[in-house]
Amino acid sequence: MGHVSRAREFVADAERTTWHDRALWFVRAKRDAAADLVPDWEALRSEASAIKREALERLPELWIEFEDQAIRAGAVVHWARDAQEHNAIVARLLTERRVTRVVKSKSMLTEECGLNPHLESLGIEVVDTDLGERIVQLRGEPPSHIVMPAIHLRRGEIGETFERTMGAPNGLDDPDALTAIARRDLRARFLAAQAGITGVNFAVAETGSLVVVSNEGNVDLGTALPPLHIACVGLEKIVPAQRDLAVFLRLLARSATGQAISAYTSHFRGRAAGRELHIVVVDNGRSRLLAEPDFREALACIRCGACLNTCPVYRRSGGHSYEAVIPGPIGSVLETARDPVAHAELPHACTLCGSCSEVCPVRIPLHQQLLAWRGVLARKGIHPQRRRLALRLAAGLLARPGLLRIFDHFGRRVARALPSALLEGLARPWTRERALPVIPAESFRTQWKQRARTSNASGDVPSSGGDEART
Amino acid sequence: MKIGLFIPCYVDQLRPEVGLAVVRLFDGLGIAFDFPEAQTCCGQPFLTAGEQAHAARLGRHFDEVFADYDVVVTPSGSCAANVRRHLPHLVPGDRARETASKTRELCEFLVETNALAGLAGRFPRKVGLHASCHALRELRHGRPSESREPARPDPARQLLSTLAGLEFVPLARCDECCGFGGLFSVEEEAVSCRMGLDRLADHASAGAEIVTSTDVSCLLQLEGLARRRGSPLEFLHVAEILARGVLDGSR
Repeated sequence: MGHVSRAREFVADAERTTWHDRALWFVRAKRDAAADLVPDWEALRSEASAIKREALERLPELWIEFEDQAIRAGAVVHWARDAQEHNAIVARLLTERRVTRVVKSKSMLTEECGLNPHLESLGIEVVDTDLGERIVQLRGEPPSHIVMPAIHLRRGEIGETFERTMGAPNGLDDPDALTAIARRDLRARFLAAQAGITGVNFAVAETGSLVVVSNEGNVDLGTALPPLHIACVGLEKIVPAQRDLAVFLRLLARSATGQAISAYTSHFRGRAAGRELHIVVVDNGRSRLLAEPDFREALACIRCGACLNTCPVYRRSGGHSYEAVIPGPIGSVLETARDPVAHAELPHACTLCGSCSEVCPVRIPLHQQLLAWRGVLARKGIHPQRRRLALRLAAGLLARPGLLRIFDHFGRRVARALPSALLEGLARPWTRERALPVIPAESFRTQWKQRARTSNASGDVPSSGGDEART
Repeated sequence: MKIGLFIPCYVDQLRPEVGLAVVRLFDGLGIAFDFPEAQTCCGQPFLTAGEQAHAARLGRHFDEVFADYDVVVTPSGSCAANVRRHLPHLVPGDRARETASKTRELCEFLVETNALAGLAGRFPRKVGLHASCHALRELRHGRPSESREPARPDPARQLLSTLAGLEFVPLARCDECCGFGGLFSVEEEAVSCRMGLDRLADHASAGAEIVTSTDVSCLLQLEGLARRRGSPLEFLHVAEILARGVLDGSR
């Protein structure tokens, strides 16, 4: 359907749009307040950006160092070229151990790879344990936000979902009561699980350890109870050293939710006695993006979601309008890189206001990248032909001052002579919600010429070029 | 100092009175300038649509028209940002780089040259100052609300503050986008209008009588929405307020 149509549908529900916009703006305001409490916030962003850039430069050697350290600590490291290989590796690990019940904590990577449907097709039950993620799983929907997966839903809708799937009483919309119901259901699943799958926020090359940041305790329960922990990590998540975490952990929770630090920061290094830790490192297009100088910086993303929260378009169009695993500004960059034809509308779902680039904790020039993507898509001929033709005509006109003068003279007279209803019709969709500007009798350039003629004739300089009053 | 005035294409065609206000202001302040008539468009709409070849063609034309001036002044934060930021990448060579670096948004120019010093202007109205995203985040006119950089002045606010009686209304969201965004305004029409309506509501509930901006494009968007709904808000470019406040208000 594309972003334009999906966004139009979302906006049509004015009340929901108001509420969605305010909920996310509230998070943005919390982020602002949290940033205020860190001296040299901007210096911290620069430092994070520098570390990530260095890590991207040294990606191969850092991963070799990581693998070395991780193996030494007792983990097994797997390498997946793409989503298919990733899913196959995870499925093999599970089926070899006859695992049929898995708990999973939040991971955008496994969303990207489509892991859940793959495992379900093999008869393995996968339960998402992050509350928001669980809600959208029960509804059979994708997450609409990378940090707050169910932000598009209201309490009542969650109550209905719980009534349908977990036998919650009708009409329940108290957050505490709803959470208690989900917790009770999840607790039993944690206890029954034979394996836990997690995403990864940071992989530390120096130590071969993994860091997972969360708020609900589900990561620790899901990895401490079952004997098998599978951690799925994208190639871009590597940082060189343990001390780098001091930079990223200060930025991540503040940028994401306005918390000084998340409730849980879980460090995993090797395996505990009698347990297994498998780390699946996934490329899935990342090394291709690394080779694109204009876009590689997008790999620095730490998935905080701040660019979504500040984006005036995302707040008013909802995450599902992007029809992508990752919505919002960073999603528009990454998803277009993954499939430019399918996501050709996304770089244009943006006013280039630049707010995303200002909040990004690792200083990805997001709006510049979106602009650059527009250029790439146009050069590849992926843009609609109608738009391209209209722009070529307009450029042809504007490149010829003589032609512009003729258009200025005759076009203006024609436009002013047309019945306003016809003019409004021609100017759709501008005029669907907006009045057309009153077309002035003369352009600036014409009035300037008249002024020049007057002053030459009278020999003095008039103080004004024309009538400034507006009708 | 040889000053070239650049009037953006849509201002020329749709809001000539903004260009005339600049002319009146410059004349009143005794600032000599020229309006080279071969000028057309800085190329921004083409660049933001991804059509870099067209943008480069118009960029070359812009460079040819304005290369001989010491400074290029334009009543548009967005066009000034486009020229300053993108012209050097679109048009190779030192000349285009120089043309880019000497291009100024009107308020920026007036502050840099201290043009309003000692003038007792007056404009006793309640004004909502709509921050142009490109003036704010590309030209760094003021500090974006997301940024924790040291505060910096916004030339438009500085100049308007000198007018006696002018009261800035406090906005709940001081620098959110109006939703215009060039082609975005028609291609993503639904979201665009919703963004504009939210901005209008903010200005209206803050008690604004007039909404002003350094960019006519933002004003066309907001005014179009307001007029359709019979809103009493007025929409004036900063140049229009300055021309009235400084030239008429002090008398």
